[in-house]
Amino acid sequence: MVLIFIDHIDGHIKKASYEVLTYGAKLAEQMGTTAEALLLGTVNDDLASLGKYGIKKVHQVSNETLNHVDAQLYAKVIAEAVTATGADVVVFSHNQTGKAVSARTAARLKAGIVAGACALPDTGNGFIVRKTVFSGKAFANVSINSPIKVISLNPNSYKTVAGEGTAEVVALNVAVDPSKIKITAVNKVSGEVPLTEADIVVSGGRGLKGPENWGVLLDLAHELHAATACSRPVGDAHWRPHHEHVGQTGVQIAPNLYIALGISGAIQHLAGVNRSKVIVVINKDPEAPFFKAADYGIVGDLFEVVPKLTEEIKKLHAGG
Amino acid sequence: MKILVCVSKTPDTTAKIAFINGNTKFDETGVQWIINPYDEWYALVRAIELKEKDPSIIIHLITVGLADCDPIIRKALALGGDEAIRVNADNSDSYYIAAQIAGVVKKNNYDLILTGKETIDYNGSSIAGMVSEMVDAPYVSLATLFELNGTTATITREIEGGEEIAEVSLPVVVSCQKGVAEQRIPNMRGIMAARTKPLQVVEPAPIDALTSIVNYELPPAKAGVKLVSPDNVAELVRLLHEEARVI
Ligand SMILES: Cc1cc2nc3c(=O)[nH]c(=O)nc-3n(C[C@H](O)[C@H](O)[C@H](O)COP(=O)(O)OP(=O)(O)OC[C@H]3O[C@@H](n4cnc5c(N)ncnc54)[C@H](O)[C@@H]3O)c2cc1C
Repeated sequence: MVLIFIDHIDGHIKKASYEVLTYGAKLAEQMGTTAEALLLGTVNDDLASLGKYGIKKVHQVSNETLNHVDAQLYAKVIAEAVTATGADVVVFSHNQTGKAVSARTAARLKAGIVAGACALPDTGNGFIVRKTVFSGKAFANVSINSPIKVISLNPNSYKTVAGEGTAEVVALNVAVDPSKIKITAVNKVSGEVPLTEADIVVSGGRGLKGPENWGVLLDLAHELHAATACSRPVGDAHWRPHHEHVGQTGVQIAPNLYIALGISGAIQHLAGVNRSKVIVVINKDPEAPFFKAADYGIVGDLFEVVPKLTEEIKKLHAGG
Repeated sequence: MKILVCVSKTPDTTAKIAFINGNTKFDETGVQWIINPYDEWYALVRAIELKEKDPSIIIHLITVGLADCDPIIRKALALGGDEAIRVNADNSDSYYIAAQIAGVVKKNNYDLILTGKETIDYNGSSIAGMVSEMVDAPYVSLATLFELNGTTATITREIEGGEEIAEVSLPVVVSCQKGVAEQRIPNMRGIMAARTKPLQVVEPAPIDALTSIVNYELPPAKAGVKLVSPDNVAELVRLLHEEARVI
């Protein structure tokens, strides 16, 4: 059985979880087995409807303590759920929660893990999972050789598909220890699309000249419902918050569309964004290395081009 | 107070990524090796800052690798830290590496174990979580701020779309990223001192790896950029809408 870990925040299931549900269900089909899901804590969303992603059951450990992610508790509870349900493959999203929990759970289960998977495993002969390595510059095909297998799937690397169906929701009774971690505050950046979940990302580099010029970028991002990102020097200079810094030493993303404004396209920057499906580069220097990695480009002054681009997209959205 | 900082050797960020032996081995020809930036810039520098405030703190560095890791360990010791331990084993999977580190942790009883959030070559983000499980300590991932008050750590960690502030009693395992500290350059005194700092080489414990790399692949090359005139921005929007279908 393939057990899929469902992640949630503020009472709602995260987008990345729908990707892993689809992925896990497909994997189960490929292996000739069933897919079930596991949710720790409580949510407002309807769990039975998760059946439309191809899973049969949702196991829920409804203990309020689990509404905050504590890796120590989570690993213990998930490992017990794996044993109780007889799962042989466990699938996580390699998002912030997955990074906190998946490897720890794998260690507890003495299960081999592929963290950062980007495709369905090859189960023809063994169990081989493709993952991104060298910060997105290459792939490795990794064989998991243990009886229980753990996969942590990169966000935005598997397309969510919903069909028909309802899942049976079953309560799972697992003892939960008190948490050794006390959460004293949660600060949300409200109204923004989380970077790793975003379909479209608009990103700015030193070419914007200063934080006071970000308006043109924000207008475009707003019109596209896009998340915003930046190059490392921009984060280092505190023109933008550091969680927006993408690249080899920042966040690695794989949106459908990445729009780079005034970014030269240094190798370390590309490492974080080159898994984007479509890359658009706007740069005044025709020799900027980013054009070599781009699908579409405009050689021009971003301060002139970007407002026009925003206007054209507005027209498109208005249906004209 | 004893701090263990896990460091690992990675190719320089500008290294050409290529493979040999039927794509089963990374081509190390001409590659410069560095300390994994997350380990160096954030985990190690934060440990050094803590020691600057409280000189009674002892910092150990650990790496799992063969003798070719020694130059980067010396480089790390030049930044700071009291001694280093190298578990003399070739690179294996994360379970194997974590188990070697956990073995040393159990022997030496550290109060705080710091790692970078991931290595820039394997990108597993796994070692810290695994070590924490193996030594049964709390784990705080993706830290962006780390403060110590006596035996309590106050840690800001990244969650989706925001951050969470956590308080936890030591011992704890923490993976560090940007925000925790600022990158430093080693000075001449540090480089000289590093030469005589102890580097203990220990033999690995017998552990079986649970995964193995079959082969590597490079992504397919891009078809080439389609340039649109800056006077015809509408054409770009049309292409994105009709051809690429991304807006
Ligand atoms: C170890 C290491 C790790 C690194 N990690 C990262 C990382 O994770 N992420 C990252 O981004 N960088 C990283 N870097 C830095 C990287 O090498 C580059 O220095 C950085 O990406 C450059 O940022 P930039 O493109 O914003 O600035 P620049 O390289 O200065 O480029 C600015 C660009 O803006 C263009 N421009 C200027 N004005 C305009 C205008 N009016 N209209 C249009 N275009 C204009 C210019 O032509 C230029 O191409 C790392 C470096 C090292 C050494």
